[in-house]
Amino acid sequence: MEIKVLGPGCAKCKATADLINRVAAETEKSVTVVKVEDMREIVGFGVMTTPAVVVGGKVVHKGSVPTHDQVVAWLG
Amino acid sequence: MSVQTTSQPSPRPDWLWHAGLIAFVVVWWLVYRQLIPFSELVTSLFPVERHSHTGEAIAFFFYDVPKVMMLLTLIVFAMGVVRSYFSPERTRAMLAGKREGLGNVMAAGLGVMTPFCSCSAVPLFIGLVSAGVPLGVTFSFLIAAPMVNEVALALLFGLVGWKVAMTYFAFGISIAVVAGWVIGKLKLEGWLQDWVRDIHSGATAPDAVDDAPLTLVDRYHLGIEAVREIFGRVWMWIILGIGMGALIHGYVPEDLMVRIMGAEAWWSVPAAVLIGIPMYTNAAGVIPIVEALLGKGAALGTVLAFMMAVIALSLPEMIILKQVLTLRLIGVFIGVVGSGILAVGYLFNFLF
Repeated sequence: MEIKVLGPGCAKCKATADLINRVAAETEKSVTVVKVEDMREIVGFGVMTTPAVVVGGKVVHKGSVPTHDQVVAWLG
Repeated sequence: MSVQTTSQPSPRPDWLWHAGLIAFVVVWWLVYRQLIPFSELVTSLFPVERHSHTGEAIAFFFYDVPKVMMLLTLIVFAMGVVRSYFSPERTRAMLAGKREGLGNVMAAGLGVMTPFCSCSAVPLFIGLVSAGVPLGVTFSFLIAAPMVNEVALALLFGLVGWKVAMTYFAFGISIAVVAGWVIGKLKLEGWLQDWVRDIHSGATAPDAVDDAPLTLVDRYHLGIEAVREIFGRVWMWIILGIGMGALIHGYVPEDLMVRIMGAEAWWSVPAAVLIGIPMYTNAAGVIPIVEALLGKGAALGTVLAFMMAVIALSLPEMIILKQVLTLRLIGVFIGVVGSGILAVGYLFNFLF
């Protein structure tokens, strides 16, 4: 499954991508984390605050680093 | 702000959270009242004369650091809770289709309340403009958001006094309203970067994600999160700012300060603005310096102009905005806001 992390390369965006990778490793799910840094593409998802997380083409989180539990829920 | 609330039920009952909060505020107040004896005690441990330059500087430092940290904790927590009732999406919905004038006033007010981080400035800007919020109204928001924030107000209130804090608040909002209104009147939509203009004319706002309702305890969590985050970001600036303030407090002679930053020196206001623009720190770093300058007899208008220029017009923010604004538009932005700050500075030196 593919998860997109939207954000212009700020510290919190990196922390978000790292967290998802870590949780994926813990739960042994195969996940590809794609970092979207291009502003046009980010804006195209309609988010106004970053970092934002896109799972299956849908924005599930925006504006902060998600919690560990949230990531577990997305990986299902 | 999170879209989903934490799925797990909170292990502690709600009443414990409320009781804990009250207990914290009481302890906070008791400790806060002991700060002067604390700083005197720490200063007396140093092998220096209390009323020497070094002694004054040390006492200033050890009084201000805990004071600023404590004020920040309480105010940032409170604002974190209040801000959980606001979101960029809601702000956008409130501002879309608003006319200039009233729209500028609302945008400046919402700029104070809406959670804002400069790294989100671009998506926020585009989110507003693409939803049909007029450019000038968007600017009112963008000017107020960094300049009139809870950190600035709390520190001014605690370190300099409530009169200065209220005046700063009133003039900060006024500058945001007027500067945004002027930029709107200039009709500069053509000076946006091309790709932004395309989104603008398309005028279809992407759907916002729905926020799940939060409980009060969820909002406490957001407040605590805000405290953690703000401290992580600003503690270095606070120490540096207070260090600078302590040096000014201890060593800079008063007559020198009055000569270069007093109300009599007409050129001091533009000089303060020009020095302030390229300087990059935030409210937490600059207010201890403001406190020390005022204590040495610098004029209030000059110091406020300096502070506003440092916070509202910063080089890193310009570089971020360069992605959506042409250089010409950034120039107009700096010019309009800078003039407003200049006017406030002179007005103050004239009035007080």
